[in-house]
Amino acid sequence: MKGEEERERIPIKERPEWADVRPVPQDDGPNPVVPIAYTDEFSETMDYFRAVYLADERSPRALHLTKEAILLNSGNYTVWQFRRRILDALNADLHEELQFLDQITRENAKNYQIWHHRRWLAEKLGEHVANKELEFTKEIFCKDPKNYHAWSHRQWVLQALGGWEGELAYCSELIKDDIFNNSAWNQRYFVVSKSPLLGGLEVMRDPEVAYAIEAILTKPENESPWRYLRGLHKNDGNSLANDPRVASVCLDVLAGKTDYVHALNMILDLLCHRHQPSKELKDAVDAVSPDPNLPDAGLAENVCSILKLVDPIRANYWEWRKSTVPAQD
Amino acid sequence: MTRENLMKGTTSQEDQWTVQNQCFRIYEIVYRLPPQAQSINFEVLRENHIEYLTESLKQLGRNFYVLDANRPWLCYWIIQSIALLGDCVDDKLENGLIDFLSRCQDQDGGYGGGPGQMPHLATTYAAVNALITVGGQNSLSSINREKLYNFLLRMKDASGGFRMHDGGEVDVRACYTAISVASVLNILDDRLIQNVGDYIVSCQTYEGGIAGEPCSEAHGGYTFCGLAAMVLINEADRLNLPELLNWVMFRQGIEGGFQGRTNKLVDGCYSFWQGAVAAIIQRLHVTVKKQLGLPDTFELDCSTESGNESSDDDGEEVSEGSSSPVDISEPTKGESLSTSAAMGLNNGYDFIKRPTGMKPLFNSMALQQYILLCTQEEAGFRDKPGKRRDHYHTCYVLSGLSVCQHCNKRDADSPPLSRDVMGPYSNLVEPVHPLHNIVLDKYYEAHMFFARA
Ligand SMILES: [Zn+2]
Repeated sequence: MKGEEERERIPIKERPEWADVRPVPQDDGPNPVVPIAYTDEFSETMDYFRAVYLADERSPRALHLTKEAILLNSGNYTVWQFRRRILDALNADLHEELQFLDQITRENAKNYQIWHHRRWLAEKLGEHVANKELEFTKEIFCKDPKNYHAWSHRQWVLQALGGWEGELAYCSELIKDDIFNNSAWNQRYFVVSKSPLLGGLEVMRDPEVAYAIEAILTKPENESPWRYLRGLHKNDGNSLANDPRVASVCLDVLAGKTDYVHALNMILDLLCHRHQPSKELKDAVDAVSPDPNLPDAGLAENVCSILKLVDPIRANYWEWRKSTVPAQD
Repeated sequence: MTRENLMKGTTSQEDQWTVQNQCFRIYEIVYRLPPQAQSINFEVLRENHIEYLTESLKQLGRNFYVLDANRPWLCYWIIQSIALLGDCVDDKLENGLIDFLSRCQDQDGGYGGGPGQMPHLATTYAAVNALITVGGQNSLSSINREKLYNFLLRMKDASGGFRMHDGGEVDVRACYTAISVASVLNILDDRLIQNVGDYIVSCQTYEGGIAGEPCSEAHGGYTFCGLAAMVLINEADRLNLPELLNWVMFRQGIEGGFQGRTNKLVDGCYSFWQGAVAAIIQRLHVTVKKQLGLPDTFELDCSTESGNESSDDDGEEVSEGSSSPVDISEPTKGESLSTSAAMGLNNGYDFIKRPTGMKPLFNSMALQQYILLCTQEEAGFRDKPGKRRDHYHTCYVLSGLSVCQHCNKRDADSPPLSRDVMGPYSNLVEPVHPLHNIVLDKYYEAHMFFARA
């Protein structure tokens, strides 16, 4: 159907319902810079759009014209904004609008305008579209599990319209599919700290620390669960340094003798938060040192020296960290 | 055969291995060449880039219809790239730029994506930066600052943030573009600043970077926007800078370039977004030091030229907003606001004039290598091998190259040493103001112009 419509496009100037409208050409001036070689269809559609936009004509034909313009360029925020004004004025069927939006989002899911329009629509339609919206973003994540706009939309839906029930399980599912999917980890943090069903970060900290540690032990080179683990202890002064499981997972990773950059980064943070290292931890750090002749410095300095050697891309940073290690008591 | 080739990874890992192997193959090929052939690969193909850019100003193909609501951006990406390469366009094109952008200017202030389009904060930022880069009386005076100020106020949201356009989205990009233009045009005041810092602080995530909206994922583009805006309103100390620094340092990957988010692929445009974040933090060393609980007299950087660290501190404290050079305590927010307002809010200017207190912490050479060998095409720059050039990446790769070449200087106005420039010294591009991404000379000209205005 749609294909047929495209093939048989009748120029707007030949459509009887537009006979009374004088198109408004773009005011590009005599010597425009960055001129675009528009097709005739594009120019004509935009010329008529400018005419109805300037006349503030909120009519069914204007609504249809904005659709044509959006199908030509879904990044034109002026067209979208005017379309919202018309939808309001005509009291249009917003479910139909949502279907139209589904269709163009599937074609191009990376544009601010369509997602902003979606949020506007979902807000008007209210709670009963929560599940539909969650399903729709799920569909987007099947193809692009890190789509930034879709994640923002999903978070907004959860907070504004609800639907939290399955969200933690959904995060687990995505993380199981791809443990390196940082967007899924970020969403997990969002759920754990914001879901009204889970009791908040304080309550969730314990089981989530266990979850993060399991992920770390599976792939110690994966930065996502390390940052997540740090995040679980956010805003709680020294709780990171005092959680024995954190030092313990570092120890386990060091024992593997490979992929321990994030473990050392974590140990450095622990030490900066006045963590008292065990002898075991000190020995484990010494054991991974590629340089047997490290100067007899404090543990934090040694960690920096090792990182400088095993993580050379960040050598300057580790050198600087060494210079900012707080004095040992 | 690397270990990775033998294993089946997750989608993220497979994508990562493909890209890193492509980059490593390029490095291998180049480093196997005889010295002379090798060195050619490290040259910035200046003339080719300038031709590609200048031709694009004159005519764009039909595929560009997707950017029909972003034409001031095209102007900025192109003119900024040309300025970085130390060149400019002829009078006809300059006048064309001024004339065209004035047609994008709304009668009630701000610039739209093309003539007759609604004013939008992002295209306003692009238009203002482009006009400043063109420079000169005609260009600078074409900006209607009174109406622009009213537009910015209209875009102010109850949250303290800004929305992109009438009825548009509120995010950190909108905050940055609003604050950046207001600052450079000398129209920034308490009404615009009110609570914008609260909004940006609420977007710093558990990872350390900054997201587009509260609770979203930390992201290089938004981290730049958030940090730069906070510096411009003199509230950078409200961000957790050590965590932000740790996050941004880990975004530089094994290929030498930066990724935008944790476990995403390297991309040339983050050479600027992330590279500039690193460079901005180099000038915030006093604040970083305080946040780490280190004593004020602590010598952070063992390798800066010796000298009077305490006088540096005093100098920086003044520029960070304190009222008196002997008072090195952090000013309260209220104090710093009123003081700044009385001084005409020179945060952006003071920032660039203060000495850099830290050596670069990212790996400038590795990034330059990625830029020169993996993103440069015969003309123009790209995201990564396998992608095609575009004006956006050309602009932000070159801007990132500038950050690399100039990051080891104590003073923004001196030239870098040849050892800081990878390839021949003729690769040198112009320094930029890292908070606005405007070539420094053009920034100074605008600063003078609008200080008087
Ligand atoms: Zn990019």
